[in-house]
Amino acid sequence: MAKNSKLKVAIYWAASCGGCDVAVVEIGHNLLKLKEAADILFWPAAMDFKYSDVEAMPDKHIDVCLFNGSVRTSENEHIAKLLRLKSKIMVAFGSCAYEGCIPGLANLYNRGDILTRVYEETPSTENPNGVIPTPHSKVPEGSLELPEFYDWVKPVGMVVPVEYSVPGCPPVASQVWAVLQTIIDGKLPPVGAVLGAGTKNLCEECERIRDGTKVKKFVRPHEVIADPNKCFLEQGIICSGPATRAGCGRPCIHVGMPCRGCYGPPEGVKDQGAKLLSAIMAVIDPEADVEQLVQQIADPVGTLYRFSLADSQLQQTKWAEEKKK
Amino acid sequence: MTETTKIRIDPITRLEGHGSINIFLDKAGKVARTYFQIPELRGFEKFCEGRPVEEMPRITQRICGVCPTAHHMAAVKAADAVYHVDPPPAAKKIREMMYTFFFVADHATHFYILGGPDFVVGPDAPPAERNIFGVIAKVGLDIGSKVIQALQDTHEAVAIIGGRYINPVGTLPGGVSKPISEQERVRLEQIGQGCVEFGQLSLKLFEDIVLKNKQYVAMIKSEDFTHRTYSMGLVDEHNRSNFYDGKVRVVDPDGKEFIKYGPNEYLEHIAERVEPWTYLKFPYLKNVGWKGFVDGKDSGIYRATPLSRCNAADGLATPLAQQHYERFYDAMGGKPVHATLATHWARLIELLYAGERALELARDPEITSTNIRTIPTATPDEGVGIVEAPRGTLTHHYITDERGLLRKVNLVVGTTNNHAPICMSVQKAAEGVIKPGKPVTQGLLNQVEMAFRAYDPCFGCATHAMPGQMPLTINLHDADGNLITVLSRDENGRVSTRRAEEL
Repeated sequence: MAKNSKLKVAIYWAASCGGCDVAVVEIGHNLLKLKEAADILFWPAAMDFKYSDVEAMPDKHIDVCLFNGSVRTSENEHIAKLLRLKSKIMVAFGSCAYEGCIPGLANLYNRGDILTRVYEETPSTENPNGVIPTPHSKVPEGSLELPEFYDWVKPVGMVVPVEYSVPGCPPVASQVWAVLQTIIDGKLPPVGAVLGAGTKNLCEECERIRDGTKVKKFVRPHEVIADPNKCFLEQGIICSGPATRAGCGRPCIHVGMPCRGCYGPPEGVKDQGAKLLSAIMAVIDPEADVEQLVQQIADPVGTLYRFSLADSQLQQTKWAEEKKK
Repeated sequence: MTETTKIRIDPITRLEGHGSINIFLDKAGKVARTYFQIPELRGFEKFCEGRPVEEMPRITQRICGVCPTAHHMAAVKAADAVYHVDPPPAAKKIREMMYTFFFVADHATHFYILGGPDFVVGPDAPPAERNIFGVIAKVGLDIGSKVIQALQDTHEAVAIIGGRYINPVGTLPGGVSKPISEQERVRLEQIGQGCVEFGQLSLKLFEDIVLKNKQYVAMIKSEDFTHRTYSMGLVDEHNRSNFYDGKVRVVDPDGKEFIKYGPNEYLEHIAERVEPWTYLKFPYLKNVGWKGFVDGKDSGIYRATPLSRCNAADGLATPLAQQHYERFYDAMGGKPVHATLATHWARLIELLYAGERALELARDPEITSTNIRTIPTATPDEGVGIVEAPRGTLTHHYITDERGLLRKVNLVVGTTNNHAPICMSVQKAAEGVIKPGKPVTQGLLNQVEMAFRAYDPCFGCATHAMPGQMPLTINLHDADGNLITVLSRDENGRVSTRRAEEL
C-alpha cells in the first residue's frame, strides 16, 4: 500500500442476510481502530446511486473489497464485476460468497420451482391471476424495473476471480478482526489462501472424547439425550466436524449441538460433502447393515452439503456441462 | 418536462438485499402514487423442502442475520408442533430468556444506532453526526459507554444460552440442548439487572431529549406520519404482550378487538398479495380484504410493530414497563396510537419489558433445572410456530412426511407484514414534502427515511453502526420514463443534484 495514504476498503454485500455485516460490527471497539487505519469507501455500497460513483473511480482504486453474499440476481452479478474491476484485492467474505452457504441449497431446485412456490402455491398467497414479479412491469403511472432472478446461486468466486476467502456463517468476531489486522498490516499470505481460520479440521481441536466406538445406528439430535462429553459421530449423531475447517472456536458444540459445517472444508479438501461421507462411513460398525444405516441419515444432500452445495464437485460438473452447451 | 414525473429512491435494505422507492407525480406536480420495491428473493419456502424439520431452527436463521434468533424460535416452535411435543417448563423458560435478551439487544441497536439518532442527535443535525458516535457526543461518554456495554452484555447472554449471538443453535424440537448452570445463571441475572437499568435509562433519555422538545412532539403527532390501520401483536392469556408465545390479537383502527387466533388458524386470517413490481408480498387481513394501499377500517392493511403490539395488548406483564405503557397512552391521547414515529417510544417500553422479563426468568428457581428435553414420540405431520420478531409477527408453517422431512414450508416474515404500511408511510411523507413548483430537496430524503425507519424494517443495520447515513438517491422521470434529474446523498451525508444530461 502506498505510504502516507490510508488503506481504501470496501465492504459490500450481494445476496446475503446481513449477518456478515453484523459480524463486522461485532468487532466492537476495534471498529475505531479500523477507522483510524482505513478509509471505508462503502459499507455498504448503495446500488444504482453508487454505480456511477464506483464507475467513476479509476480501476484498482479500492485496495481491499470484502465481498459478502452470493450471486443470485443480475444486480449482484453487475456489482461483483464492477467491484472486481475497481479493487486490487477481492475477498470472498463469509460462507455465501465463499461457497454459497445455506441459500445455495436453492440449487436443488430451478428458478421456476421457486417462483411458483413462493408466489402461487404457498397457502397464504391469494394470487388468482398468477402474477409473478418480473424484471419489467407496467403500472398505470409508468414502468418499474427489478433485477433478474437467476436460475443459480453462485459463490462470487465463480463470477469473478477472488484473491482470498474468509469462511464462516458468519465469520466469528475474533477472526474478522484478525483478518482486518492482517490486511491493515499488509501481511496477506500468497493469493488463494483462506483467511480467518485454521487449516485442520474441527475434530483436531474438539475436547469431546473419541474412543473408537463404532456406530450401529444413526440418530437425529432431537431423538436422544446425547452424552455431552463424547464425540457426536461416535454416538451416531451426524456432525460435520471431520469435514469442517477449524477456527470458529466450536460455539455450537459447546452448547451441545453438532457442527453443520459453516466454516467449509479444511485445507486440501475440495468437496466437503464427499469428505464428510467418508468420515461417516469410517465410523460405521463393520458388522452392521450399511444400507440400513445409510437410510437412517435424514436428508443426505442437505446435511453433507449444508453450506457448500453451490461449490461442490457435482455442481461444478453441472456448470461445466452447461457451459459446453 | 412532460406532464408527469417519476421519482426513484434507492436505499439499501437489510432484509432482502436492496430496496428502492419510486414516486410518481401527477400533472399538477403532486404525488400520485409511490412504489416501494424489494428487488431480491432467495426462496427458502422452496429449498427447505426435503430438509429435516429439526434442522429448521438452524436453517431459517439465514433468512436474516440481524434477527436470526426470531427465526430460530419460530422454527423450533413450529417443529414442536410438527412433532406434537410439549417441551418441559424449564426449556420454555430458557428459550424465552434467550429471546428476551435478544430483544433488548435488537431494540437497543435500533434506538441507538439506527432510528434513534434522528431524534437524539436531531433531524436537522448534520448527517455525519447522526449515528452512534453522534449519540455518544450528545448524551455523554458515560451514557455512551453504557450503551456499548449493554449491547456487549446482551450478546453475551444470548451466546451463553445459544452458543453465539448471530445464528444461535441452542434449541431443538422438545426443548433446549443445554441446561443453565448456576454460574451461568448468576451472570445472566447480572446482565438482566443491567438490562432493566438500561431500559429505564433509555426511557429517561427519550423523555429528556424527545418528549421535552415541542418540535419533536409535534412531528410525532403530525398527520404526515399517521396511519389509521389495524394493529397486530402476540398476547398471553390476559391479553398482555408476549414475544415468545401466545395468540395473535388484532385490534381495529378504533382499538376494538377484531380477531384473536392461535398459530394453527393463521390461514383463516392472513392472506398475501403479489405485485409484479416487487419480490416481496403484501400480507393483509383476509376477512377485511385487500382494498389497495389505503388505511382505515375497510382496508385489510395492518401493522406489526412495537407500536401495534402495544395497541393490540391490554398491557405489559412487568411492573416498570406497565407504568411506562400507561404513561405512553396518557401522553399520546389514549389508545390506540397511530402515529408512526411513536413506534420509537413503544420500542423503548418494549426494551424495558424485555429486560424485566429476562431478569424474572434468570431469577426463576426452575431456570437451572436439568429437565429440559421431551423426546418426541408422535409421528410428525404439520405445525405452525408464531413469535413476535422485533419487526413484527413471524409465522413459520411446516408440513412434513412421517420421517419429519419437510414437504411444504410457508413463511410470513416480520418486515413483510409492514410492506404495505411502509409504502403508505413513504407516500404520505412524500406528499408532505413534495409541493408543486418547489424543488425536491434533502428534506424529502430525510422525511422519507424517517417514515420507514420507524418500522425498523431490517434496513441498513450494520451500515448505521458506522458513521454516516444510508445513501439514498432520487431519480426524477418524466411521463415517458425519461430520467430528468438525480438527487443523491452519499454515506457521508453529501447531497448532490445532477441533471440527466450530465450522467
